[in-house]
Amino acid sequence: MIDVQQLTKDYGPHRAISDVTFSVERGEVLGFLGPNGAGKTTTMRILTGYMPATSGTVTIAGFDIFKQSVEARQRVGYLPETVPLYPEMSVSGYLDFMAKLKGIPRRDRKSEIERVMRATGVVERAEQLIAKLSKGFRQRVGVAQALLGSPDVLVLDEPTIGLDPRQIIEVRNLIKSFGGEHTVILSTHILPEVSMTCSRVIIINDGRLVAVDTPENLTRRLRGAEAIQVEVRGPRAAVIKQLKQVPKVTGVTVASDGREGEVATYNVAGELGADVREALAAAVVNGGFGLLELHQAGMSLEDIFLRLTTEEASVATEGAAA
Amino acid sequence: MRNTLAIAERELKSYFVSPVPYVVTGLFLVIAGVLFSGPFSRVSEATLRYWIGNVSVIWLIVLPAFTMRLLAEEARSGTIELLLTNPVRDFEVVLGKYLAALGSLLGILALTLYYPAVLFIFGSPDGGPILTSYVGIILQGAAFLAVGLWASSFTQNQIIAYFLSFAILLIMWLGDLVADAIGKPGSDAMRYLSVPSHFQDFSRGVIDTTHVIYFLSIVAAALFLAYLSLQTRRWGG
Repeated sequence: MIDVQQLTKDYGPHRAISDVTFSVERGEVLGFLGPNGAGKTTTMRILTGYMPATSGTVTIAGFDIFKQSVEARQRVGYLPETVPLYPEMSVSGYLDFMAKLKGIPRRDRKSEIERVMRATGVVERAEQLIAKLSKGFRQRVGVAQALLGSPDVLVLDEPTIGLDPRQIIEVRNLIKSFGGEHTVILSTHILPEVSMTCSRVIIINDGRLVAVDTPENLTRRLRGAEAIQVEVRGPRAAVIKQLKQVPKVTGVTVASDGREGEVATYNVAGELGADVREALAAAVVNGGFGLLELHQAGMSLEDIFLRLTTEEASVATEGAAA
Repeated sequence: MRNTLAIAERELKSYFVSPVPYVVTGLFLVIAGVLFSGPFSRVSEATLRYWIGNVSVIWLIVLPAFTMRLLAEEARSGTIELLLTNPVRDFEVVLGKYLAALGSLLGILALTLYYPAVLFIFGSPDGGPILTSYVGIILQGAAFLAVGLWASSFTQNQIIAYFLSFAILLIMWLGDLVADAIGKPGSDAMRYLSVPSHFQDFSRGVIDTTHVIYFLSIVAAALFLAYLSLQTRRWGG
């Protein structure tokens, strides 16, 4: 549905994105993850035909976004980072204007507006002025205009920014429901958002693609080791010594001090694929320490993200040092 | 075309909900009224000639207020991104905005039609020059609005857009003076650009095609420049 090849964009001497290549299948919800200034918005603006790339190509449903711009744009619904609304218009008036721009025939316009207002839950605000709407409702109206005409592709740039927690959950569920019918690209710098809504993740940092995978695979691929947390009562040095003796354990660190002096939580790293939980439990008990808790610690996307970006940075510094 | 009309319609409606057009129109009508009634204490001739000449000067100050927000506000609020990513061509955006401005111009002029009506009721003016005066003032206004739209395409700030368009129009207005200040060949171009020399004939009851072409060329050139400016915005990001 979307095919991006070697996309590069320069702002003067500054390279915003560099050699970005990826594709999105029909019905997929793709997360575009990266810190602020990583090139997410730039990529989205190019994808939606707002501005051209310095080099590279974007095809949407077979149409080149530069050469057959209007045809490609007809198939894209876009919610920019700053929700583009006319405050002096009513919600329905605004949607009517947008429906006209999208070329929705007059006879379908009313039902189509009705449909997107229902999908985004703004029906009861239809006649209210946009200026009077809360931030959450404005965001919904922004999403509503993107949905007009059921475009094949939805591009949503930071759709949950500035919303309160309840609204964030609502908008996320809304986006999740778009998968299958629409192809969705969603950008965010908030990690849980991606694991909650997306079937595939692209991580972008400093204008370069760092990783493309499913949230689960990313977690697996990047873990590189089994992580276990144990909470033990006993003298710290002795506990560490005892835990390190367990076969296939590669490292032990103190994660946090417990409530009482002798209780502490330890992070234990094991070889990939090895389940050392039973052996660890036995070691703690045999050593005469008190085992309070033991569980496998998966790595959250948050950790992956931090890791990815820091790794990239360290490679860059090493390169510069060499 | 459908897109152009949709944009024009939205823009025209927004004129009615913003206080700026009301204030500007109100002030314009007050000044226009004073300028209309003033001369009759000295001259007892039923003519619009002096009045229309003054209106043509006031256009310099009034019309930029009607164009300053057109593209600047879209850029400031981010809605420009909406217009440029929907299946709308850039020239349709420019034309739509321009049509809306033109509509507001005709609206204001319609409000002044009672001046000629007063003349016809209390005197027997020559209808020809009044008609051509209105043709002239519309053409001049159309040119000024196109320049204002162009100025509005450069900035996100309406105030800057206003003064930019005022400055460009003033230079065009004072074309003869500017021409004296600079040497050939620039002076010939400035003399041609000078607005008053092209307007005067209309108020005398003459429609000269060269003047019509002059104003229409300014419209075409300024709209084209606004279109280019919009394209540059895309490239500049």
